[in-house]
Amino acid sequence: MSAVLIRLSAVTKSYGSGQARLMALQGIDLEVAAGEFLAIMGPSGSGKSTAMNILGCLDTPGSGQYLFKGAHVESLSRDQRARLRRRFLGFVFQGFNLLPRTSAQENVELPLLYRGDSATVRRAGAARALQSVGLAGWEQHTPGELSGGQQQRVAIARAIVTAPAVVLADEPTGNLDTQRSHEIMALLVALNRDHGITVLMVTHEPDMAAYARRQVHFVDGRIARDEANAHPATAPAAPTETV
Amino acid sequence: MWLNALLLALRSIRRNLLRSILTILGIVIGVGAVITMVTLGNGATLSVQQQISSLGTNLLMIRLGQRQGPGGGGGGGGGIQPFKESDVTAIQSEIGGIAAAAPEARAAVTVVGNGRNWATNVTGSTNDWFTIGNWKLASGRMFEPDEQLAGSAVCIIGETVRREIYGGAVGTLIPGAQLRIRQFSCNVVGVLVSKGQGGMGNDQDDIVVVPFHTLQRRVTGTRTVNTILVSMEPGSERTRIKASLRQLLRERRKLTDSDDDNFNVLDTQQIADALSGTTKVLTTLLGAVAAVSLLVGGIGIMNIMLVSVTERTREIGLRLAIGALGSEVLLQFLIEAVALSALGGVIGIAIATVASYALAHVMGVPYVFDSTINLLSLLFSAAIGVIFGYFPARRAAHMDPIEALRHE
Repeated sequence: MSAVLIRLSAVTKSYGSGQARLMALQGIDLEVAAGEFLAIMGPSGSGKSTAMNILGCLDTPGSGQYLFKGAHVESLSRDQRARLRRRFLGFVFQGFNLLPRTSAQENVELPLLYRGDSATVRRAGAARALQSVGLAGWEQHTPGELSGGQQQRVAIARAIVTAPAVVLADEPTGNLDTQRSHEIMALLVALNRDHGITVLMVTHEPDMAAYARRQVHFVDGRIARDEANAHPATAPAAPTETV
Repeated sequence: MWLNALLLALRSIRRNLLRSILTILGIVIGVGAVITMVTLGNGATLSVQQQISSLGTNLLMIRLGQRQGPGGGGGGGGGIQPFKESDVTAIQSEIGGIAAAAPEARAAVTVVGNGRNWATNVTGSTNDWFTIGNWKLASGRMFEPDEQLAGSAVCIIGETVRREIYGGAVGTLIPGAQLRIRQFSCNVVGVLVSKGQGGMGNDQDDIVVVPFHTLQRRVTGTRTVNTILVSMEPGSERTRIKASLRQLLRERRKLTDSDDDNFNVLDTQQIADALSGTTKVLTTLLGAVAAVSLLVGGIGIMNIMLVSVTERTREIGLRLAIGALGSEVLLQFLIEAVALSALGGVIGIAIATVASYALAHVMGVPYVFDSTINLLSLLFSAAIGVIFGYFPARRAAHMDPIEALRHE
């Protein structure tokens, strides 16, 4: 495996104070190397979403260290974290979060706009990203004219259009039927394999986690299990057994 | 960054077209009202100024009576000794910078001619009176010198009198037309070019002019001069001329130092200033009332922008998550508000141009395009966008992306 991309050391996070204080993360240590495909699993309230927010630099640890590409994320300002996200991270959400009444093209261009790319660069980038998710020719369709699976593909195109180091997918198949879910997973696997993009995916579906090469199980704010998946699922459509 | 924010804002306006239009309606109406009011007010002011200048430029009116403020009409002056014709001659010969001076006396009469009656005013004066008052002949001729001296039965009529008595085409004189004024009949020798409505809303063309002596002998039966009209040469010092006039008349009327003036000198320029001052105040007032609707429009924008920010919480969360800086989101929403209100301003200007053009036509005042008020309204509406858009935009920029993304 290549160099360590992400290193969490003794990361905690709590919400509220006093009696209502809730320890969402109670000391997490995690290392992710570049090019990994990691599934984060666990029941709700296990802290996996909190961990994801911290990994995505949307939130900062309460204590402990988060090194991303050697940078101490916990000491970065709000704007510095935003710059880091725009440069290195891509996000895929359960609810797609596409801008309504906006063409697929413009949705995918959005991160490039914030990066300050010119119109030509944006158009080319969006076209390339849409092509790589199998949506060439759908550029001018708005989310309302696309199926759920297609919308999530647009969202994935938006996440990869900046050629990020890491794609963070939060329940990317949560709103999709089984068939579409497997198609989306195949897409994420391909991105990970062909483009070397590190994929961090939160899911509670073992079928989907089976595509990952490493599975991390959260229970009560701690990592309960962290295991490699020697035989990640590859075939779309057919349900795969968990390891 | 600015260009991007502008692009994002425009895209967002396009996405919510109906709501955007409703949002700017307040600004459209506000800007439209302000510009229409001010444009019409300017038109009214210009109209008043034009009417007053049609009275005659550089005109002084000397009237009997105690001194009154500008515009005050102290005509009668009962018991005060009237002017004499020799006063007019003295003014002409003794004061420099005077172009012409003419005595004036008036009487209300009913004139009869061509089988029709018409109630009007008959004015007695000299040929200089036409020069001073900027009157031009549409047809016919002025008074002959011997007619003026002898007080002959001749008259020159205004357009209104011509129309009411003789009819026919504008400005035409029927050869040999007769007009009876009280007990005497006179030859109509000329018709005046129409001057239209006067500064006080009176019809200036409703007039019959006869030689001064004709009026004295055949109509009023007195030798008194109630009013003297004086026109100054262009570019002469009005204050000096007015002072000399006053001095001369005081001497001729044998007023001692302790006596107050029993005449007053009215300057048309002063009347014009006073009247256009009034319309200007009215214009400002109307404009200010209309400006309140601009403020209301601004609050409307803030309201909609706040709703928009709440409604688009997830969108804002997404933008922040994919790496938008707080300042970029702030700028986007701010520019959105400014673009909306400026757009409202532009539409308001377009509507105001059409409306004030049409209304000016209906009201009979000239349409005056005032670039200042147009520019000012546009800038003001954009400023409203900044002021009322800032609070909602700041709210959007300070959102927590995690919370925002979770928002339903």
